Amino acid sequence: MSEVKIVDEKKLKDHGLKGIPFARFGGKIPKTGDWRTFKPVINKKKCIKCHTCWLLCPEAAIKIDKKGYPKIDYHVCKGCLICFKNCPVRAIEKKEDLHAEHLR
Amino acid sequence: MKDLMDGNTAAAWAVKLARVKCVPCFPITPQTELIETLAKWKSEGKWNGEFRTMESEHGVLAAALGAEMTGARTFTATSSQGLELMHEILPIVSGTRNPLVMANVSRGISAPITLWSDHNDFLSVRDCGWLMFCCETNQEVLDTIIMAYKISENKNVLLPSLVNMDGFIHSYTRMEVDIPDQKKIDKFLPKLNLKIKVDVDNPLSLGVPVMDEYSFFRVNLHKAQLNALHVIKKVQKEWAKFTKRKYDLVESYKLSDADVALVGMGANATVMKAAIDSLRNKGIRAGLLRLRVIRPLPKDEIYNMLKDIKKIAVIDQNISPGIGGIMFPEIKSCLYDSDAIVCNYVAGLGGKPISQQIYEKFALETLKTKKPFRKFVI
Repeated sequence: MSEVKIVDEKKLKDHGLKGIPFARFGGKIPKTGDWRTFKPVINKKKCIKCHTCWLLCPEAAIKIDKKGYPKIDYHVCKGCLICFKNCPVRAIEKKEDLHAEHLR
Repeated sequence: MKDLMDGNTAAAWAVKLARVKCVPCFPITPQTELIETLAKWKSEGKWNGEFRTMESEHGVLAAALGAEMTGARTFTATSSQGLELMHEILPIVSGTRNPLVMANVSRGISAPITLWSDHNDFLSVRDCGWLMFCCETNQEVLDTIIMAYKISENKNVLLPSLVNMDGFIHSYTRMEVDIPDQKKIDKFLPKLNLKIKVDVDNPLSLGVPVMDEYSFFRVNLHKAQLNALHVIKKVQKEWAKFTKRKYDLVESYKLSDADVALVGMGANATVMKAAIDSLRNKGIRAGLLRLRVIRPLPKDEIYNMLKDIKKIAVIDQNISPGIGGIMFPEIKSCLYDSDAIVCNYVAGLGGKPISQQIYEKFALETLKTKKPFRKFVI
């Protein structure tokens, strides 16, 4: 049970900036890898390094490695499969990934 | 500088004087001329803010919210169905505490379709956490928009404002408007400096998901609205000092010795004032309470002005099917321990013209009645 406070209207306090619902992340990206049901996997043999997947990833979970290939951070990837659907050479495969909890 | 101008142009002047930096917009009758004027000024170089045309009203308010979040003073305007389409974003703007100002050129809501004015669109925003102002003249439209920026941007308020003018009656009718000096406005309204804003170098997320704190933030909105009452009074005093135009939370017209009071808002208040004068000439002591600030509702002021009057008629230019007029229960709640007979008229829906004689009839009917009633003008 959460704490319950009953406050009279006349005694409501001014909370200033604390009353604004905002958050600074301090550089940490929340780990959302365990939300995934399907996992996109990049086939480097087919990949033409066009970086379409890197551009379209809504979570910025795809980075580019030293050789220019895209690399997916599975701790962040939610499995939306936008990269899978938009890859022009179908170099991204869709694999079942029901047990991603260990990534948390 | 005095000029003859319609409400849309008066609002555009307010935007120019307030040095608004961004106006995302989508045209809708009867607001179209407002953004057309701004677009014209932009093309002529008379106003140099960012002018963006969007794909829908939902996009307009989302863009306006984004612009305001970065700390740029933003304005937009809409009407009727446009405001209804904005509804999803309306509570987000107040919830993230962005001091945006929007003008609503009121028009009856569909269906059936009407282009004429009533307050149903404007009043549908009353639970969204916005400050709400209802204007009577074009001069008041100009003054209120500039004052709304000062009120909204106050650090104890930080809430968006919605300024209402009546479609056609204000938007297309020319009245004498005094345009204040730009230098005086610059002194009155300093540059916007938001403490919490979206910034690439110092990233933050506004309107984050919460668990148990939800009620804390929502109650805070109520506290900010209560703070706004004091801030509105203060700003209106400051405004009166250099423009000589006095505004109050509610306007009282010949109320002090009245036997019967009409309560109304918007452009029709002018017709009501004429009716009051005419009744006074006939020896009937009538008065008018014009609602100017709808949110926060100035309960104490309304109570103090109406407490000695035994017969009150609330005239609603709006309808909430299932309860009647929208402002009637609000006025009645302000008078919780008064024994006055409070009646309700729903009149002027879809811009149906109500003449001075009919308002006189309302006052006489209310004066005679022994039981409260609710009547509709069809």
